Amino acid sequence: MPEVDLAVTPLRELNAALHKLKPDTNETSWRVLNPRGQHAIAAGLDAPILVTVEGHAGYYCAGMNKQATVVINGNAGQGVAENMMSGQVHVKGDASQAAGATGCGGLLVIDGNASARCGISMKGIDIVVKGSVGHLSAFMAQAGNLVVLGDAGEALGDSIYEARLYVRGSVKSLGADCIEKEMRDEHKAELRRLLDAAGVDGAADVSEFRRYGSARKLYHFHIDNAGSY
Amino acid sequence: MTAQDRWLHTPPRKSATFDDASIAEIRRAAATGIYDIRGAGTKRKVPHFDDLLFLGASISRYPLEGYREKCATDVTIGTRFAKKPITLKIPITIAGMSFGSLSAQAKEALGRGASAVGTSPTTGDGGMTPEERSHSSILVYQLLPSRYGMNPDDLRRADAIEVVVGQGAKPGGGGMLLGQKISKRVAEMRTLPEGIDQRSACRHPDWTGPDDLEIKIQELREITDWEKPIYVKVGASRPYYDTALAIKAGADAVVLDGMQGGTAATQDVFIEHVGIPTLAAIPPAVQALQELGMHRKVQLIVSGGIRNGADVAKALALGADAVSIGTAALIALGDNDPHLEDEYRKLGTTAGAYDDWHEGRDPAGITTQDPALAARLDPVLAGRKLANYLTVMTLEAQTIARACGKSHVHNLEPEDLVALNVEAAAMARVPLAGTNWVPGVGQW
Ligand SMILES: Cc1cc2nc3c(=O)[nH]c(=O)nc-3n(C[C@H](O)[C@H](O)[C@H](O)COP(=O)(O)O)c2cc1C
Repeated sequence: MPEVDLAVTPLRELNAALHKLKPDTNETSWRVLNPRGQHAIAAGLDAPILVTVEGHAGYYCAGMNKQATVVINGNAGQGVAENMMSGQVHVKGDASQAAGATGCGGLLVIDGNASARCGISMKGIDIVVKGSVGHLSAFMAQAGNLVVLGDAGEALGDSIYEARLYVRGSVKSLGADCIEKEMRDEHKAELRRLLDAAGVDGAADVSEFRRYGSARKLYHFHIDNAGSY
Repeated sequence: MTAQDRWLHTPPRKSATFDDASIAEIRRAAATGIYDIRGAGTKRKVPHFDDLLFLGASISRYPLEGYREKCATDVTIGTRFAKKPITLKIPITIAGMSFGSLSAQAKEALGRGASAVGTSPTTGDGGMTPEERSHSSILVYQLLPSRYGMNPDDLRRADAIEVVVGQGAKPGGGGMLLGQKISKRVAEMRTLPEGIDQRSACRHPDWTGPDDLEIKIQELREITDWEKPIYVKVGASRPYYDTALAIKAGADAVVLDGMQGGTAATQDVFIEHVGIPTLAAIPPAVQALQELGMHRKVQLIVSGGIRNGADVAKALALGADAVSIGTAALIALGDNDPHLEDEYRKLGTTAGAYDDWHEGRDPAGITTQDPALAARLDPVLAGRKLANYLTVMTLEAQTIARACGKSHVHNLEPEDLVALNVEAAAMARVPLAGTNWVPGVGQW
């Protein structure tokens, strides 16, 4: 298993090596030591490999990820897995702001809490946060699912489009055009699938969650809605 | 009415304050209850390149022969950090205009026209289409707050990346695309429901402020293995600080868009009242570059109301490395053409004034997603017209540069310029014509 110690190897060398991997590479499991909060660790991957970061990552770890599985044994800085296309990113600690921002696909799992704007402008990514999320999470969320086992901060789902939000704990407030919606069987099944994928298994019962989504009232400019913003 | 009666009344006089446009807007607002949204740039007169003149050669400065002596026009962008800088044959690029705001045919035409003369078009707030990639030899890919259509494959397919912080037409504003233009294809590229009125974000979702921007740029460089030039585009409001901060954040190039800059759809009040004129924005940006020792190392690309080769030459003389055009490129493709007058009349406007680009009913097939209207634009012919126009602008800029004795358009300098009025002299920091007076500089 290749090991790269960022205390001695420049980040550029690590990312360059990861970018060069062919789809059929047999170097499928990498360990990154001493990340020490460096930014853009394992950003821009496009191969079905596993990268384990042994420590805390800075901004944009696994940014724009495709195919790869990136596990962070620590906390992740701002914009972890931003604009992810596919694959999986697993933060074992907490995540800073804008986790999974604009993500288009794949699964982001955060074992701890996520700060403000988790899932902002998400475009198809699935995000499961085992702790709580900060204010303005799922702001302008377009597609995908955000699952929160803990609580959600203020203005959840503000100006949301078609993303689905599932929260087990309390929601401090809902943002403009975000409303609670009925949990039908299809939603329970989808939530179960997401919880299983995130390794939550039986510990969480889908019936404890509430679903939130768009009231779709702000989809067209209308003067009567001007006060909603 | 007798002649006598007539003098009992005040002769009709329209107010300069309540002029026709202001009155019409009050009526429109009263009738609809919603602000006016439109395309294009500011329509009011602001100090501009027309207020500057070149001095040309004289006894102490000798000119170059028009057709015999070389006056180069190439510009290389991205020498600061990019492994693969790009070289444009002319110092005029095509500004970012989204597929969505423009038809696929228009985007293709922009790619064809730009490529024919060795310059770059730019994507826009809606992602990269295969048509524009395949017809553009050098393509700049925008990273906007909305991140519509953003993906790492297109990032790597691009020749340069432009991080859009703002636009001159609306510094501090996000994008708008009304439902009429959110066709199935546009909706899919943006991951939005078809037919909704889309408002894109005005702030980036995953960074705030100059220190974050530096880290964001680092991420983009890492993802693309430090190959691509990275531009930062700002709307002209605080150009001195924005230029300095973009340089500090690691930009290879700064794109500075003045208030005359066009837009696809923005509130009229925003277009007309936020931001500063292109002319006023260039000197502070150049000052920042010079103070940081980065002039000509970090390239400055200026846009907002560029119409002809004289504008190009003046922008370069003030210190820009290149200019960028939006509105003028659309006009070259056929926008607002008088031969469509009957159709403009039906839309309640006239050729030369049509700016309801957000409505998607453009008879020229440019600012529309209506398949029948879009099919009217022949991308090959329109591309050729754009190439012709770019060639003319370049020849004009060379003509002026040679007259000033310059063997490269980049050798034009502020000393070649004077201003026609005090405002322009103060903004451009060049003397009022016939004097040594630069308002605001030195003793006065
Ligand atoms: C139809 C249209 C669409 C535009 N779309 C974008 C865009 O997607 N992103 C962007 O940064 N600027 C956009 N702009 C602004 C241009 O990139 C550019 O800043 C401006 O047009 C330059 O001024 P000019 O039109 O006077 O040449 C758009 C402009 C127009 C006219």
